[in-house]
Amino acid sequence: MKYNPFSLQEKKILITGASSGIGKATAIECSRMGAKIIITGRNKLRLEETYQSLEGNGHSMMIADFEQENDITLLVEKQPDLDGIVHCAGVVTTKLFSFINRNELKAIMDTNFISPVVLTQALLEKKKIKKGSSIIFISSIMGPKVSSVGNSMYSSTKSAIEGMAKGMALDLSGKRIRVNCICPGMVDTGIISNGAISEEQLYKDAKENYPLKRYGSPEEVAYAAIYLLSDASNWVTGSSLTIDGGYTIK
Amino acid sequence: MDTINDFISKFSEQFEMTDPSEFTPETHFKDLEDWDSLVALSIIGMVHNTYNVKLIGGDIRSAITVNDVYNMVVSKI
Repeated sequence: MKYNPFSLQEKKILITGASSGIGKATAIECSRMGAKIIITGRNKLRLEETYQSLEGNGHSMMIADFEQENDITLLVEKQPDLDGIVHCAGVVTTKLFSFINRNELKAIMDTNFISPVVLTQALLEKKKIKKGSSIIFISSIMGPKVSSVGNSMYSSTKSAIEGMAKGMALDLSGKRIRVNCICPGMVDTGIISNGAISEEQLYKDAKENYPLKRYGSPEEVAYAAIYLLSDASNWVTGSSLTIDGGYTIK
Repeated sequence: MDTINDFISKFSEQFEMTDPSEFTPETHFKDLEDWDSLVALSIIGMVHNTYNVKLIGGDIRSAITVNDVYNMVVSKI
């Protein structure tokens, strides 16, 4: 038997936002560590792509839109007893503060904060989260550590999730359920490259602002999730793991 | 949709230093002293809130005159 403290062998893990980016990479990497993955997302085509890329057997997928209460109920009902959850579903809305409005703020707060929290509570209520399991929220350096122009709304959602994670960590410690956040810096996924900033500007930003001179890959965030999902982190709760190429130390 | 003059009025408000009276449809707005990325984001925000049109960074980059931006907004309504 090979020694591996980071093994996820036979662990059942739910991963949201698995159609793309960090969620997709996390699902694939966790499957490679032996986990049985349940992936969920809104985009059927891309979710299926993720599903086809998973290694091993015993995985499942489910389309769900967390703005629909019904979808949450159905998703919860279908879950096995989980050993871990990774909340990757999230959106970015870049807008200068002077131009934001209540609806936009509510919308991003709903997707990035309310939905993952409500889903987790629903799973707990239906006793789908085992004792000793691990809950991870993909947060960001934006909010908890820094912010950037036009990202006040996004920052607020991530700060909210970090506060919630700490409270949850305390409330669930009796069941040995650990709750942690991962704070990535800028990662190469589709979430940002939807046109607001040019390729050259992004490249320049990476070289100038990141000591390690590049953005991260989704896999590099997934490896952090593997650690926090594995038994190696059984004494880690209420923490926030920064994966940012050194950005926040400058 | 606003006339070009009403558009210019709102456009010029996003610049802190340049006087609104200096703006014409032919103004090369990116050559102005107070042009920067914050102003670009302000224009994007103003256009979204006023006309419900989503401009992106690439749109602003490819525009030269105020009229270019106006035409882009009109085409996306």
